[in-house]
Formats: sequence, C-alpha cells, structure tokens
Amino acid sequence: MADTTETPGIAVQTDLIGNTLDNIRRSSEYIVIPLLALIVAGALFSVFLLALGKSPADFVALVWRGGFGTSFSWQNTLVRATPLIFTALCVAIPARLGLVIIGGEGALVLGGLAAASIAIPMVDWAPASLLLGVMAIAGCLAGALWIGCVGALRYYRGVNETISSLLMFYIAVSILNFFVEGFLRDPSDPNKPSTKPIGAENMVGAIPGTDLHWGLPAGVALCAVLYLLMNRTTFGFAARVAGGNLRAAQAQGLPVGRLMVISCAIAGACAGLAGFFEVAAIHGKANASLIAGYGFTGILVSFLARHNPLVIIPVAIFLGGIAASGGLIQRRMDLPDATVMVLQGLLFLVILVSETFYGSLPFFRPKRGTS
Amino acid sequence: MSVAEAMTPRAIDVETIGMTKTFGGLTALDDVSLRVRPGSFHALLGENGAGKSTLVKCMMGFYQPTRGQVLVNEMEVSIPTPRAAHALGIGMVYQHFTLVPSLTAAENLVIARAECPKVIDWGRERKELNAFLETTPFKVPLDMPVSSLSAGEKQKLEILKQLYLDQRLLILDEPTSVLTPDEADEVLGLLRGMTEARDLSILMITHKFREVTAYADDVTVLRRGRVVGGGRVADLSVGDMSRMMIGETEIRESASRTEQKGRTLKLELAGLFADDDEELPAIEAISLKVHAGEILGIAGVSGNGQSELIEVLSGQRPLQDGRIFIDAKPYDPERQMMDRFKVFGFSEEPLHNVAVPRMSVAENMAFRSFDKAPISPVWGWLSPLPMRNRARELIAAYRVKTPSTDEPIENLSGGNVQRAILARELSGDVDVLIVANPCFGLDFASVAEIRAQIMDQRNQGAAVLLVSEDLDEILDLADTVAVMSEGRVSYQSPMENTDRATIGHAMAGHH
Ligand SMILES: Nc1ncnc2c1ncn2[C@@H]1O[C@H](COP(=O)(O)OP(=O)(O)OP(=O)(O)O)[C@@H](O)[C@H]1O
Ligand SMILES: [Mg+2]
Repeated sequence: MADTTETPGIAVQTDLIGNTLDNIRRSSEYIVIPLLALIVAGALFSVFLLALGKSPADFVALVWRGGFGTSFSWQNTLVRATPLIFTALCVAIPARLGLVIIGGEGALVLGGLAAASIAIPMVDWAPASLLLGVMAIAGCLAGALWIGCVGALRYYRGVNETISSLLMFYIAVSILNFFVEGFLRDPSDPNKPSTKPIGAENMVGAIPGTDLHWGLPAGVALCAVLYLLMNRTTFGFAARVAGGNLRAAQAQGLPVGRLMVISCAIAGACAGLAGFFEVAAIHGKANASLIAGYGFTGILVSFLARHNPLVIIPVAIFLGGIAASGGLIQRRMDLPDATVMVLQGLLFLVILVSETFYGSLPFFRPKRGTS
Repeated sequence: MSVAEAMTPRAIDVETIGMTKTFGGLTALDDVSLRVRPGSFHALLGENGAGKSTLVKCMMGFYQPTRGQVLVNEMEVSIPTPRAAHALGIGMVYQHFTLVPSLTAAENLVIARAECPKVIDWGRERKELNAFLETTPFKVPLDMPVSSLSAGEKQKLEILKQLYLDQRLLILDEPTSVLTPDEADEVLGLLRGMTEARDLSILMITHKFREVTAYADDVTVLRRGRVVGGGRVADLSVGDMSRMMIGETEIRESASRTEQKGRTLKLELAGLFADDDEELPAIEAISLKVHAGEILGIAGVSGNGQSELIEVLSGQRPLQDGRIFIDAKPYDPERQMMDRFKVFGFSEEPLHNVAVPRMSVAENMAFRSFDKAPISPVWGWLSPLPMRNRARELIAAYRVKTPSTDEPIENLSGGNVQRAILARELSGDVDVLIVANPCFGLDFASVAEIRAQIMDQRNQGAAVLLVSEDLDEILDLADTVAVMSEGRVSYQSPMENTDRATIGHAMAGHH
C-alpha cells in the first residue's frame, strides 16, 4: 500500500445530520412513488366511474364504510386480508431471488385440498389440535412441493418460472376438480361437489371477542419471521446475492439451485397455509370456492409492498378492505361485482409502470450541496 | 446528412465553467472548468474516483450539476437529458458496448436515430449508409450481427454510430480498455485524423499516458474533483502528468520476486473441456500446473477461451470434462471447498462478474465472510454491525473511496469498486488466487498497487493463475507463461526461457 498522509477511506463523515436528511429524502422514494401510483390509479378509476355516470366520491365513501367504517366491516376486511398476506409472501420471497412467481393460487388450492383430504381418515378419532396440526403440515407440504417444482424447473431446466407457475395453476385446479368430483366427493352433500367436512368442532376457532380466526395473527407472525429470514440470516443474504447477480453468487460458490428451490418451497408453503386456513377456518371442506383469486390479488399486494414482508401486512389489509366493500358497492351503486376487479387491475398496471420510475426522478437523486 | 455538409469543418467548441457536483456529503466535482477547442483532441486524466466520469455525465445530461454551466460554441446551453446533449452535437462512447448484439451493424445504426422511421426502407437506408461511410475513415462490415464482430470492430461501430448521429463532440470514457494495443492505435489514429480535419472535437478519459502523448493535443488532470493541472501535451512530460494526478503520494514499488524454496504442486487443471454460450467447444483439453509461490500467466488475444476458463474455475460455467485438483485432491468451485482450500479470485468488470451492484459496499465486502463468525455468530444468523465494522476496516486499509459503508456499490467509481473487491478477496489467507485482467480501468497508481499485491500473495506462497490480455502485465508478474489460442494451450514456458517476441508470435497463432 502506498504511503499517504491524506485521510483515507470514508470520505466525509463530518455532517452526519445533513447526510441523514439526504438519506431520508432518497429513501422517501419508496413511499412517495407507491403513493403517487395509488393516486394515479384512483384518478383513472374515477374517470371510469364518471364514464358510467357514478360518483367517485360515493365510491370512496362506500369503500370506507364497507371496509373500515365499523367494527363489523373491519372484521370482514381482516378476514379477507388473511389469505392475501400468505399469498403475497408466496410472491415476495422468490422475488428476492429475482423470480416472478404468479401461480400462488395453485399452491393455495392444492394446500387446501391436501389439508382437507388428510383430515378425512382422521376426523373420527383425532383430537382437534392434532387434526389441525396435521392438516396445516399437509397444506404447507403440498404448496411447498408445488412451487418448489417451479423453482427446480427454472434452475435445472431453464423453464421460465412465471409461465410455468401460471400453467401449473391450471393443473392444480384440474387436480382439485378431479378429486372433489371423483372419489373424495362427499355423497351426502347435494350441492357443490366437495370433500367431506372436517366438522364444526374441529375448525380453527375465533380469537376471543371477535369473529376473526387465528389465521391473521399467524400471517402477521409469518411476515415477521420471513422478514428476519430475508434480512438477518445467511440464507436471506445468499438469496439476495443470487437475486442481485447470479454470476457473483456462482463465483462465491453459493448453491444457487438449492437457494432457488428452497425459496420457492417456502413461498409455496405460505400459499399452502392460505389454503389450509380457507379450509380449516372458513369453508370446513375443500371445493371450488378455494379458487377465489386470493393468489392473484396476492401478486398485487406483494408488488405494492415492494416485496417487503412487513409492508405486506398493511397493504393486504388495504386491499382486503376494498374487496370487503365489494358487496356494498354492488348493492348501493348498482355496479357489477367486477368493478372492484377493474380497480385492482388498474392499480396493478400503474404499480408496474411506477416501478420504472425508481432512481429516475430528479427529486430523489442525491443533490444536496455542501456549501 | 449530405456529403458536402460533412466535408465542412464542423467540430464544436465545448467548455464547462465551474462545474460542481455533490452526491450526499461527497463532492465529486469541485469547480471544474475545462475547454475543448474545436477540432482538438483533449485528454482527461485522473486517478480512480477523481470525478472524470461524473464530469462527462454532467456534460451528457445524465447528471445535473449542482453548480456550473456548459457552453457550446460560446453560448450557454442547458442539458437536462442525454437527448438534449445529442441535439447539441455531443455524443458519448462508453467503456462497455451499448450495441444490440443480435442485430447487424446497419440495423444498429438505423435504430439509433432519434427519429427512427416507422417503416424502414432498407434500399434507401442502405444507399444513405454507404454514402455516409464514404465520408468516414471507419470501416466496419455492415451485414454481420454485432455479436460476431471483434472488440475493435465493435468499438469502431460505437464511434461510427455517434458520427452517423452527426455528433460533433465525442466523449470517450476509457474507450480502449477493451481493445488490444493495435486496435487501440487504429481507432485513436482514425479519430486523430478526424480532429485534424476539424470534423470533430474529442474529449477522452484514459488511464494510459501512451495514448495521451501519442494522440492528444491538450490535457486536463483532475484530482479529488478539482482541476490540478493541464495544458498542451507537447509541453508536458509523463512525469509531470503523473505528479499532477497523484500529487506527492508515492507509487508502490513493484514488489520484488522472492526466491521460492522447493516446488509443491498446488493447483492442477487436468484436461478441462467446456462449451461457450452457443454450446460450441470453447476450451479443449486445458492442462496446466501451478505451484505454490508461482504465478502462471496466461496470455492470449481476447476471445480464445480465456474468459471461459476463468468462468469454469470460478463456478460460473459447467465443466464438460476434466478435473481440477488442489493439493492433489479433486476440487469443485463450491463454497465449502473454496473455504477449505482458500481459493480466492477477482476479475475485470467486477459489477458484472463478482459484485451485486444494488447491494451496499459493506454487504459486497462480506461475500466471503457473511456465513462465518463474527458476522454470523450463531449458525444461520447474520448480524449487520460486525459486517459494517469489518467493512470500515477494509475500506481504510485498502483506501476505498466511498461516502459510507451503506452506499450501493454501483455508485462507486470503477477503480474503487475494484479496490473494494480486492479488499474482500485478498484480506485473508490465500492459497490459490485466480485473477483475470485485474487492472482493467485502473489508474497507474492502483495498477502498481494491485500488481504488488498479487506479487505479495505469490511471495507468501499462494499459487496464482493470472489471465491477462495485457502482455506487459504478464511479463511483469509471471514466473511461467502459457499462451491460449483457439481454446487450447498452444505454448508454455518458464519466463526466463522466453521473451516478448516469442510470446507474441505464439499469441498470433504461429505455433
Ligand atoms: N451516483 C453516484 N452516487 C454517489 N456517489 C457517486 C455517484 N457517482 C459517482 N460517485 C462518487 O463520485 C466520485 C467520482 O466518481 P467518478 O465515477 O466520476 O470517478 P472516475 O474519475 O470516473 O474514476 P474511475 O477512473 O475509477 O472510473 C467517486 O468517489 C464516486 O464514489
Ligand atoms: Mg470512471
């Protein structure tokens, strides 16, 4: 090393406060851009409503009332937010490795089916806690295998994970139909083809004092755990290296294939858990109601949250609220059910467009003068 | 553009006044004024991180200066975007290629136009292109996909593209680092001819004094964001310029080669075969031995399988056949084995090959150590504080210029990225070192330092495999030289039994 008398290393440490302010301004990008995107999507949606001759103000008021206005609507919102938290995690974890998985719905469906099926032979003898434990594990495993396959296909065969996970969703739906309309069908149920119910006494109960089931706290806890996994463990670090630059990860001898498969399996397990809670806390059995689009809305949640597990929680609640107000909007404004889907679609589009603005808006660029 | 128009002297006069640019608390440019006279060839020198790229990015509209103006033909202009720079006739050629590899040269030129037509009339375009080519000294095959051109041809095409877009000031950021000396001479010679004809003004960033003295009229030297000297190249010696660049800092003496006692075989490559991206054989039957305390230099014209060999050794490319042995035990480039055998390495273009651009300096410096104590005190756990502390030590020891440990590494200057990686790879105990073109884009002081570091590792008993396209580097460092040609080792000799001419001969494929 050459001798030097000049200060080496970190160039300027003197004005810490200025730097902190500057950092805040630079990172505020991650809040301001999604907020702007929300506003733009809202404006576009207002145009859509105005074209239909409806008032956007009424719409907002109804979303508020239907989603957040009363304790009843809050509960409705939170119930809907629960599966979104799980399915959003199914997108967020592989996203850290640069994988775009959009087939979480398939893992949800199979997770639900696996949970319901494993319950059938156990219902007669197993205590509720054992039954639920086994069901949850079955749901996780089914989802993990399903999305784990997507990761393995991607790494070992170079199959695009976005396409394969989407196509595998259709396979998952067919598998569900095959079993619930075939030999798992409960003959005593005259309506929808379904598996045999697990029985009201075995269902996941409500949190005392509310109508909420335990899926929500489980989802929140899972978000915290996965946040720690991605940010405070060597696994998460290695995953971020591999997602950031595959060549660099290889040059460090990191097991890239294993990282991909494990991340995808974790993601699938999250979606599988969503299926488990749908079966064990809502429907009591597996049937076509599992295909409610939570897996797809979860993609939107994860992108809005920029794949940050902690941010997923409020975003899922926000979108859960919009979904919860759907019925009210339908009745009061005489708008079709799909209106909310239009809003979601617009949001997603605007969010995707807004991704391209990170780092290119002059305001957020570092520019503070030193003198 | 008509032929007649292109014949008239049209080089423009560009001047910056008091350019200042700060990033957070870091002043990258401080009151920089410089003038590129019309029709002159102006060189911009400076050590790594001096602010050269920042200055030209401000002139190109990629960055907005905190203060300062740009004058074109003595009129103040505002350059909010690169497009505005193009409209003023200012174009830039980068160190890395920006062409679309799958398109032909002609297609690349036509789509580069600001108002590319919706429907391309190829007959007419072709005629116009040919007429345009008549007016320039650069000749490039127009109908081959760019991916099949050599580095020299690609760089010529990049320049041609700027001329085709009618740019009258060309800014070149280290344009020759990807070229062989012959290619560099050809390209710079042609550019020099165009400036003499007053068709073009040129501002070129470089680290090579040879290019400055041979081709430039004027020179400006930056140091820590300030202009510290400059003037007519004819009035300055290389010594003057290097003193301006680094001040009184001493250059690290090249470490002397210590005699190694005994020769223990460390790294052995046995019959390695691998394919390139098109699944054609890229390296065939490579067998080499590197002993402890020996530097094996692999020379060769670029594209003869060297990069594939490095990729195989660093786990970025699968081996089709053959084995790697270290200490006579089979070695695979996996993390545990890398740790066990203490294998380290680095290469050119670190942001592409060995770093994650979006991750912070501290994180990038922890790639080797993140899963070991103290950064990982408990299995699987990662604690950021020791990571930052370690990074701080390394930043100081290797004099990496960075605003903080948390800065994304992509914001560092090219040379400082390389230093950060070097700190990561060389700070521990090294038994095997695999290096490719380690000095790409580095200033002469850093080059001296990095070469000395490599020599130090050798003297401490590491087996070093050095791939370099710079023959001087090999002559300077290697104990044994091997030449790669068409994917095979075509020549090998201890350094004392060979000379530059013989190696050059082997590189040209006469063996
Ligand atoms: N986008 C950015 N954000 C923060 N700091 C930056 C950014 N770009 C450059 N810098 C800092 O500005 C200083 C000057 O960098 P610049 O890239 O201009 O150096 P350079 O003279 O081109 O060096 P080299 O020869 O290594 O390419 C460096 O210390 C660098 O860390
Ligand atoms: Mg630079």
